[in-house]
Amino acid sequence: MPIDWFTVGAQLLNFIILVWLMKRFLYQPVLNAIAAREHKIAAELAAAAASQAKAQQQQQEFEQKNLGFEQQRDSLLRQATDAAKAEGERLLAEGRQAADAASAVRATALQRDSDLLHAEIVRHTQQQVLAIARRVLADLADVSLEQQLCAVFIQRLHGLDATALATLGNALKATSAADPALLRSAFDLPAQQQAAIQAALEERFGQPVALKVETAPELIGGLELSAQGQKLAWTIADYLDQLSLALSPGADGEAGA
Amino acid sequence: MRLTPDSWILWEYGLFKLNATILFTWALMLVLVVGAALITRRLATGHQRSRWQNLLEIVVTAIMGQIEDLGLENPRRYLAFLGTLFLFIASAALASVIPGYEPPTASLSTTAALALCVLIAVPLFGIAGQGLAGYLKSYLQPTPIMLPFNLIGEVSRTLALAVRLFGNMMSGAMIIGILLSITPFVFPVVMTLLGLLTGMVQAYIFTILAAVYIAAATRSSTAATTPPGPAPPAA
Repeated sequence: MPIDWFTVGAQLLNFIILVWLMKRFLYQPVLNAIAAREHKIAAELAAAAASQAKAQQQQQEFEQKNLGFEQQRDSLLRQATDAAKAEGERLLAEGRQAADAASAVRATALQRDSDLLHAEIVRHTQQQVLAIARRVLADLADVSLEQQLCAVFIQRLHGLDATALATLGNALKATSAADPALLRSAFDLPAQQQAAIQAALEERFGQPVALKVETAPELIGGLELSAQGQKLAWTIADYLDQLSLALSPGADGEAGA
Repeated sequence: MRLTPDSWILWEYGLFKLNATILFTWALMLVLVVGAALITRRLATGHQRSRWQNLLEIVVTAIMGQIEDLGLENPRRYLAFLGTLFLFIASAALASVIPGYEPPTASLSTTAALALCVLIAVPLFGIAGQGLAGYLKSYLQPTPIMLPFNLIGEVSRTLALAVRLFGNMMSGAMIIGILLSITPFVFPVVMTLLGLLTGMVQAYIFTILAAVYIAAATRSSTAATTPPGPAPPAA
């Protein structure tokens, strides 16, 4: 079995060419592709690791921020709660004050209404009592009420005790024509009664008395003598004042007590 | 019956002649190179790639893995030579299923040429690996007395490479030829399958032996004193 040396040489050359061609068209491209893929995968893995690290970092930042937000929220909530509580208390106090003020105004108004009503009742009662007294006196006596009043006034003048008499006497002494003693009457005093009272005064105090007569309807009935700050009076108003006291709610309470 | 495709001469001009061995070698080269060029023309570097690219990558990485397993550092350096040896011999054996085809490796000229390639490549890789002095020194290992035996060993193993491959491939073709004339139906199919297996095994053996020789030549002198690796397979 001979060896064909030309064929050997040709096959040697063929094989060398084949080695070069295979290296050129097979091994290098395939190995390059594998290397490129490995590089790509390594890059992707690195990118993934970087992304993961970044994600973890962001998660940590997020958690920290979240914690901060929660703390801030709690703080704000606490502040808001405190503020609301304070505001509520303030409003409550204001409401209470307003209620107290309203209550006071209402009480004042009620008191005023009560006072007005009371005064009206007193005035009406006084007029009624005066009218009744006038009619009764007129029916009972044949002298006028005014005469009777003068008589009572003179009678009271005579009934004064020594101290009061001395005090009033001193006061009347100081009177003069320029500064006379003032005799106030609820009605126009007739000259006869004026003269009777003048005579009774001069007789009681033993001295001339300068007297000025004035009409004062608010006395309702009766007479009032005033000189130098001293006063002698007998009026229906005094009785009515006592009646007024008796009619007042306080007096009622006391009476009830 | 032809014992070797060398004797099937298609064209001759003086010293030059075109026989079936060279023609089938060219055909194989064409198929291998064009196929590789077509597949590698558009290689994908992403996760999605074609099944042909997967096949090529599996083949290339498997050869690289084998070279690496033999202890050769930087396997990419030897990939072109050893990988082409394997692919050429394997494809020559695989193509024997085509009717009318005769494997070029069934020619002693081809196997001798391949063995010569190994004979030349071993010292080249050895010198590139450990320098000229270092490589020549390896012939004096373990003692200078062993120099003639080492030289004889170089020649004899080259001869063994060539004859082993030729004998196996030629015998496979011969057996099929003989059986076709005796039992023309089922038995030749079985033997063809056996021939395919034998061809793949021979391609593997040839490549591994070449790699072992290269590995022995490129190892440093210190490594040469260490116990040798796995014994080369004998067939």
